[in-house]
Amino acid sequence: MRAAILIPLFPLAGWVVNGLLGDRWGRRAVAWVACGTVVAAFAVSLAVLARLLALPPGARSAAVVLYEWIGTGSVRAPLGLLVDPLSVALALVVSGVGALIHIYSVGYMAGDEHIARYFAYLNLFMASMLWLVLAGNLVAMFIGWEGVGLCSYLLIAFWFTRPPAAAAGVKAFLVTRLGDVGFLLGIFLAFAVFGTTDFTAMARAAGSRLPLGGPAATALALLLFLGATGKSAQLPLYVWLPDAMEGPTPVSALIHAATMVTAGVYMIVRMHAVYLRAPLALDVVAIVGAATAIFAAAAALAEPDLKRVLAYSTISQLGYMFLGVGVGAWSDGIFHLTSHAFFKALLFLAAGAVMHALGGETDMRRMGGLAGRLPATAGAFAVGALALAGIWPFAGFFSKEAILSDAFRAGRVWLWAVALAAAGLTALYIARAFALVFVLPPGEGSAGPAGCREGDAPRAAGHRGLAPGAEVADPPPVMRWPMGALALLTLLGGALGWSAARPGVLARWLGPLLAPGALRSSEGTHGSEAALAAAGLAVAVAGIVLVWLVYVRRALRVRSQAVQTVLAHRFYVEDFYAAAVVAPVRAVARWAGGFDRAVIDGAVVGLARAIGGGGAVLRRLQSGYLRHYAALALVGVLALLAYWMWR
Amino acid sequence: MLSGYAPVLVHLVLAVLLAAAVLGLHMLVGGRRPTVEKVLPYESGVWPIGSARERVPVRYYLVAMLFILFDVEIVFVYPWAVLVRELGARGIGEMFTFLALLAIGYLYLLKRRALEWE
Amino acid sequence: MTWADLSLIAPELALAAAACAALLQDAWATGPALESRSRGPAAAWIALGGVCAALLLLGVRPAGAAQVGFAGMYVRDGITRVVDLAALAAAGLGVMLSPPYLERFRLPAGEYHALLLLSTAGAMLMGASRNLVLLFLGLEMLSFPLYVLAALARRSRRSQEAGLKYLLLGAFATAFFVYGVALVYGASGTADLSRLGRAPDVPLLHAGVAFLVIGLGFEAALVPFHAWAPDVYEGAPMPATAFMSVIAKVGAFAGLLRLFPQALPQLAPAWGQMLAAIAVATMILGNLAALAQSNVKRLLAYSGVAHAGYILIGIASGGPAGSSAVLYYLLVYVAMNLGAFGVLLLLERRGEEADRVEDLAGLLGRAPWAAVVLAACMVSLAGLPPTAGFIAKLYLFRAALQDHRVALALVGALTSVVSVYYYLRVASVALSAGAADAVAVRHSRFAGVGLALAAAGVLWLGIVPGAITALVQQAVQALR
Repeated sequence: MRAAILIPLFPLAGWVVNGLLGDRWGRRAVAWVACGTVVAAFAVSLAVLARLLALPPGARSAAVVLYEWIGTGSVRAPLGLLVDPLSVALALVVSGVGALIHIYSVGYMAGDEHIARYFAYLNLFMASMLWLVLAGNLVAMFIGWEGVGLCSYLLIAFWFTRPPAAAAGVKAFLVTRLGDVGFLLGIFLAFAVFGTTDFTAMARAAGSRLPLGGPAATALALLLFLGATGKSAQLPLYVWLPDAMEGPTPVSALIHAATMVTAGVYMIVRMHAVYLRAPLALDVVAIVGAATAIFAAAAALAEPDLKRVLAYSTISQLGYMFLGVGVGAWSDGIFHLTSHAFFKALLFLAAGAVMHALGGETDMRRMGGLAGRLPATAGAFAVGALALAGIWPFAGFFSKEAILSDAFRAGRVWLWAVALAAAGLTALYIARAFALVFVLPPGEGSAGPAGCREGDAPRAAGHRGLAPGAEVADPPPVMRWPMGALALLTLLGGALGWSAARPGVLARWLGPLLAPGALRSSEGTHGSEAALAAAGLAVAVAGIVLVWLVYVRRALRVRSQAVQTVLAHRFYVEDFYAAAVVAPVRAVARWAGGFDRAVIDGAVVGLARAIGGGGAVLRRLQSGYLRHYAALALVGVLALLAYWMWR
Repeated sequence: MLSGYAPVLVHLVLAVLLAAAVLGLHMLVGGRRPTVEKVLPYESGVWPIGSARERVPVRYYLVAMLFILFDVEIVFVYPWAVLVRELGARGIGEMFTFLALLAIGYLYLLKRRALEWE
Repeated sequence: MTWADLSLIAPELALAAAACAALLQDAWATGPALESRSRGPAAAWIALGGVCAALLLLGVRPAGAAQVGFAGMYVRDGITRVVDLAALAAAGLGVMLSPPYLERFRLPAGEYHALLLLSTAGAMLMGASRNLVLLFLGLEMLSFPLYVLAALARRSRRSQEAGLKYLLLGAFATAFFVYGVALVYGASGTADLSRLGRAPDVPLLHAGVAFLVIGLGFEAALVPFHAWAPDVYEGAPMPATAFMSVIAKVGAFAGLLRLFPQALPQLAPAWGQMLAAIAVATMILGNLAALAQSNVKRLLAYSGVAHAGYILIGIASGGPAGSSAVLYYLLVYVAMNLGAFGVLLLLERRGEEADRVEDLAGLLGRAPWAAVVLAACMVSLAGLPPTAGFIAKLYLFRAALQDHRVALALVGALTSVVSVYYYLRVASVALSAGAADAVAVRHSRFAGVGLALAAAGVLWLGIVPGAITALVQQAVQALR
């Protein structure tokens, strides 16, 4: 089991090598080192999986302690790994999807001159993320937790010469750090309650140390959840994720869809023993998850930027995962995390291929009809979109249905209804995106004069502008191949969680770890299960059909009927959106945006302004005149004296 | 208990009375011919009115510092010399350590030629 | 004074001897020309020799029970040991990092090194004080060389201004300190710190304690006695800034440690609350002001103010947990702050210090190791894992929570979130690709080794802190 330490060490070595020597080497060497180390990490993960499989189910947990990291006094935390079914499953997903995205990046970033820096950051991210999932206690996990945040910041701001990218990086870092305060305080509270933050020890002691529903359990669970909302972009700390799309698209696929943002879900599953002692906190998790799911899905509907649609979609899907773990369905949360990693990475990579072909264009209103010109990309996107919409037999169908039925069976019918509605919206927005990008003729969307572009400044040759009639083609094999692999995983991934008799493969694999009291209630027959699945499927299909009716049918009519009426009709649809969807979304967004402005921008811009206002005093104090300094010190003297005299 | 302080009180009263008597007598008897110099505050013969930002030759400070250096030395050396027999060998060792430290400073000044006037 | 007394202060004596040697050697080598052009690193080697000798003398002494000397004024115990280690690390790094700068800007090397060593000895004396008079002596020995160091660039008006400001305000604060010593003596009849615990609880004692805080708080740059720090840090020559930013903290916090948790535990509720309030003000003001800075020296000055606030958390929390956290933080702070300054010392913009944030642009391309060291130090200053700064903050906040000072830990955590922004801005500029044309990077093997040591310290204390945490825990055992 000690070999497990190699899993994060390989990418770490890649970071060191590429970071220090990458600039002197050629692109090929950099790419080989970067991809090779991640593939090696994946291989080691497989080997560890094999070792675990050889053990009896009850004994599949091994702590690998490297050394006493913080080892004296009341604060104790070894630097160590916990190798068990959960961490290995996550390591496989992270390193597997990560390897595919690394390979894809070789093609995507071929034109960029800072490829060594890019891959160095990406490798550091992989090392941090793998460390995060393998860490054996909360403090060690915090290293990975902060490490992925740092890399996310560095990669969002990769094209830092563009002000939006730099600002987005700062915003992402600050907002997630806001959550991290909660996480850090949670760590301290865990120390206070358990005297340790070792996951196994905490799980064992949770029953005795934490009274059910007591304030300690609730506070600990909520503090950790605050960290999760920041990292996983849940309400109200979601605001950084749409902006994070300023980074390169493979980064969005890897960090902001497949891996880092799911860290919050993983952490809650890891700490499930604590959450089981805090039903109130679990309800909060479930409600926040469901609210985020529907809110972000609605926001995606009104978004003209392809990448931002996918970003909102990610937020929404993360909401599903939190809903799942919030009703105690730990393994289904992990299941959805896995299948989402597959299909959302696929969607992002396909979107990246579209942008690659169009010279960095991300505004869907300026795309269209690309299905014929980018057949492979369109196919890949379609697979991802169908999985996201929850269409049988793609992975997304199984995992989403699992969570929906869990919510229903746990007696949270309201949450189930909200999630079902969100599923309809999901189908609606992703079908709309597919239609706008691939099906409708170009120029159909009312293109604004200023499009949204990704990374226009430093992108080098090999990226064509969006000149009409320019040659647009599918990406090179190095990008197509990972997309194909992810499409395959999206097709087959459902098998992980769904079998004729539940629980599925994944649930059984995680079972020994999560079993005690994991699912609230499991009454519910096979028949009701089928009915629930049918309901979800029906909603998804209805969403797609609606888009087809509204967009595609109308598009067909463009050629047959008078253009004027079509345009009017189209605007009617947009009005419908505006009234039924956009307005409520805006209202919520305004509320959340108020939070955004008050707290987030307050932390970034407002703080500077506060310094300007309140800082006027400060600046006057810092005048450079000795007498002012002495006077200030004298005020302090008097204050101290007054304190001691009238204490 | 306060009675113990009675002599002090008497002393105070006497002092005030005496001072008042001397000054009063002077005002009554003495003549007065004020000139500008006479009514100025006494400043060791230096004209007290003018800009305070006067340039002072830096050697002025040098002299002052050297004076302190060797003055302090004397302050320590004199009582030591009186008691040198009682202090014995250890006393000699301590004093020469002290003198050696001063000598280092002196050597430093010499080498930097801080003692040369021009 | 006996031979036992002298052997007790052997490390300090080694430093003083090296200071005299460096002064004389340089005077002999360059004669009357203070700012001579040709000047070998001889003074630096002598100073380094003195630091190494002091470290050796520190090492050969068994770490057993506390030893007291000089009629009970001087104590050599676990705390002395750690403080000495921090002060000597600061001196060693200060010596190693500055030769390229001293050479380029023609600062008098002998004087620089002699003052640096004497100031270090002062900080060590403060850490070994068991008597208010010795504490005062150490404070003066620490601060007087710093005043001169701040004004060491004779031809620079800003440096002169910095030196004068520092001197005058320092004298102002020191006067309060002396008055405080007098009042405490008046109230308790003793200046012996080990006997203050039995002092009667009278207002005179309280006033004296308040005055003592002012003198130490000035050196540590605690709000509202911090106002000198940004001006002096910015105006002083950069090696002096780098050194004083750490040594003053080492000395002042060693003094606060000796004074509050050790000597006055009976007044803990009172001074705990006062120090907590000062810590909150210091953390908030330091971090907010640092946010707005575009000059790295000034940024690090305010960052120094902010860190003073963090360290004060440990003093305010008191007890073994708080005290050991303070000692650990001092060691960490020496490594990370000097590492950050060390990189800046290599840079030069058109014959001036390159101290703007923009000047760091493209450092990765020209001096990759320096850029990496700077980034590591910034990450550590920001308190992110796996660097030393994280562990140090962890201990501090933990101590605060243990003492039920939740607000203190909360303010600390929140302000360190804010601080991440400005530290990482510096790091990301240094790691960026663009280039600041006018800025030249000077390479020096001497400084390179120093930087490597600082970076190694930052990572070592962050990744394998076991040995040092054991040392600081052991140091405060007597407090239990």
